[in-house]
Order: sequence, then C-alpha cells, then structure tokens
Amino acid sequence: MATVTVPKEEKTAVVTSPESTQKTVTLRIARINPPESTETKFEEFKVPVQKWTTVLESILYVKQNLDHSIAVRYSCRQASCGSCGMKINGKPRLACYTKISELESNVITIEPMNNFPIIRDLAVNFEQLFSTHKKMKPFIINEESEVNSDTKEFIQTPQDLEKFLQFSYCIKCGLCNSACPTMATDTSFIGPQGLAQAYRYTADNRDKGKKDRLKIVDQSHGIWRCHFAGSCSNVCPKGVDPAMAIQLLRGYLLGFGK
Amino acid sequence: MAERLSNREGIKGMANPTRYGILRVAYWLQRLSGLGLLAYLIGHIYETSTILNGKAAWDNMLSLTETPGGHIVLVIVIGMCVFHTGNGIRVMISEGGKGVGKPGQPEYPYRASSLNSKQRLCIWVSIALAALAMMYGAGVLFGN
Ligand code: HEM
Ligand code: SF4
Ligand code: FES
Repeated sequence: MATVTVPKEEKTAVVTSPESTQKTVTLRIARINPPESTETKFEEFKVPVQKWTTVLESILYVKQNLDHSIAVRYSCRQASCGSCGMKINGKPRLACYTKISELESNVITIEPMNNFPIIRDLAVNFEQLFSTHKKMKPFIINEESEVNSDTKEFIQTPQDLEKFLQFSYCIKCGLCNSACPTMATDTSFIGPQGLAQAYRYTADNRDKGKKDRLKIVDQSHGIWRCHFAGSCSNVCPKGVDPAMAIQLLRGYLLGFGK
Repeated sequence: MAERLSNREGIKGMANPTRYGILRVAYWLQRLSGLGLLAYLIGHIYETSTILNGKAAWDNMLSLTETPGGHIVLVIVIGMCVFHTGNGIRVMISEGGKGVGKPGQPEYPYRASSLNSKQRLCIWVSIALAALAMMYGAGVLFGN
C-alpha cells in the first residue's frame, strides 16, 4: 500500500494581516459638475493596490468605499468597449488597461480627457467623435451586395485583409483625438479617429465608395491639417496607428499609393 | 466658460512637446524653426533693403550683426535652417505615405509602426546636423 507523507504544518511563518503590508497610492481625482460648479477641484483618496490593480479598479474602489458620487464611464473592463478613456498622469489612457504599477508613481492624477466636452468629473461627451465617425461613411459601399441571391460572396485574400485589418481594431475610445495637437486648437478638425476610419474603408477592396469618402476628408478641416506629430499613434491602445492610416490616405490622394 | 468646459487643450497643449515621444518633439521644432525662419526672412528683407538709403545706412545696419548678440542670432538661424530642411524632407516623404510602415496584424503590445526607427533616426540626424552646422558657423563667426 502506498503511503503519503503529509507535510507538517509550517509554524514559523509570520502571519501578517493583508492590510498592514499592502501598498497604497493616492488618487487625485478631478471633480467638476457643470453647470452647478464649473471649477475643477481635485479630491484625494488613498487606495490599496496590488501589482495588477488597474486605474479603473482603484476608481471603483473609491466609489464603493469612499465616495460613490464620482462620475466615470466604463463597461467592458478589458479594453474592448472604448468607454473609459481619461487623462491619467497627464496622458490620455484607458483606465481599465492601465495598471497602477506601470505608472511608477505614488500619486495618480486622473482628469477628464482633453478636447471632449466635460459631462461630469471623468465622463466626457462623445457626440462630436461619433457624428464625425458617421460622416466618414464607415461601411462598405458596393451595389453588388451579398444579399442578392444571384451574386457570390466577396473574395478577399489574406493580403487584401491585412491592408485594413489593423484600422478596423478601433474601439472609438477617443484617446487619439485627445492627444492630437491639431485637435487641441481646431474645433472642426475631423481628427485621427475619423481619418483612420476613412482609410480603413478606402483600403478595403470590396468598397466602391472611395470617391465620396475622399471628398469628405479632402476639405479645409480635413486630412491636410495633420502634421504627422504621431501623438495619436503614441496613445492608441489597440495598435490602430492612426498616423500611419492618415499618411497612407494622403499618399493615396496625392496619387502615390494604390 | 463654455470654452473651458469644452476642455480643448488650446495653444498651450499644442505647444507642449513633452508627452508623446520624439515625433511630437520634431513637430514642435519644425513649427518653431519654421516661424523663426519666417521672422528671419522678414528681418533679412528689411535689413538688406537699407541699401536703398545709401552705403552709410547699409554699413550701419550690417554692424548690428557683427556683435556677439548678432552672431548668436545667426548661429541659431543656421541651426533652424538645417533642422527645418532635414526634418522637412522627412515630413514631406512621410506625408506622401512613404516610410510610415506597412499595415499588418496588430500584435500585443501594439507598437505603432509609423513611429518606426527610421523616422526616429531621421529626426536625430536632423538634430545632429543642425548642431554640427551651428558649431561650424560659430567657429567661423566668432573665430578670427
Ligand atoms: C529646404 C527648405 C525647406 C523645407 C524642405 C521645408 C519644409 C517644410 C515642411 C515639410 C513643412 C510642413 C511641416 C508640417 O506638416 O508640419 C514646413 C513648415 C513650415 N515652414 Fe518650411 N521648409 C523649408 C524652408 C522654409 C523657410 C526658408 C521658411 C521661412 C521663411 C519656412 C517656414 C515654414 C513655416 C512658417 C512652416 C509652418 C510651420 C507649421 O505650421 O508647423 N520653411 N516646412
Ligand atoms: S484609433 Fe485608437 S486611440 Fe483612436 S479611437 Fe480608435 S482605438 Fe481609440
Ligand atoms: S471599460 Fe471598456 S475599454 Fe475600458
């Protein structure tokens, strides 16, 4: 019969309560509630963090335990829905995709994203981004749609797919528009998000609506306002690389691209 | 108030090159040097137009540039000229869709290929050439 030796219980280990060793950081959260209060005030909260705690989790900790009135928009908690963009230590980032540990700071300043109107605290208004996105005709324009019974499905090679795939990863989080230096001063600029989506459909070989779409981007607050400062691509959490899309679209308009 | 609640970063944000990497710094330097060169060009046309008022006026104006302050301004103009040209060529090529990488399958951690090493190298080379030209210019202007 096989014998099993059960290890003797470890008695020497010092048992400490989790609280006493847990690292804490200070969240400085911007509070603003227009139209009642139009001044931004910062409120400080001490929150416990672990190696993997995200900024969103720490904000939710504050809401649960310290002050439930903080306005914040989020949904998926996994960098998929694009709801939780905010300015974290001076840079636009997704709160759910940013670990406190990667910020390497004991004080985390959290503000609403720039270049979007503030609704309250950290929640901003996306109307302009969404309406601009719609203006880019973000759909395949093709008379011979698959719905017809006598037509076959569109054939695309993996190479055809690669021409636009990364641009279709956009989750409309708006971080790029918030980082863009043109967006900072030009209220009518289409912005990197919209321009990248215009290229996403232009580069799709099923699409036959390039002419319409290019007319929309080729205007005074359109593609020529981009100066390739690369800030959009620096902050994009999905690898969309809007700066690349914009330059490729510009090359296409100038006749260098295919 | 409406302006503040719209939360636009404004000129202060546009002119802050510190947060988004070397391409944003290059954007800022290109803008500063472009405006600097424009100011120099206007000043230069004014300066050379003094010859219409005779040799004395021309000599008087020219003596302004022969001071240490005048030399420093010229050295800065040399630097702006070289950086603006070098970086301007990079920007023109990139804005035509060349050298900004190829679209592909995004892979974690999602490094943007438009911010590639060739781009960064071109910026550093423009800065280095500007620095070398400034040193050479300073040598000629301040040397005897
Ligand atoms: C070989 C010479 C030059 C080249 C290759 C060049 C190239 C460029 C390029 C590509 C831009 C646009 C950058 C962008 O999209 O943000 C630009 C902007 C500019 N350049 Fe030049 N340039 C040259 C000479 C000059 C000169 C001599 C002046 C001044 C008299 C000048 C003044 C400007 C100004 C004011 C801007 C606008 C800056 C901005 O909007 O950011 N450039 N240059
Ligand atoms: S391009 Fe990137 S940063 Fe811009 S909205 Fe789409 S996912 Fe967000
Ligand atoms: S909560 Fe969905 S992207 Fe952050």
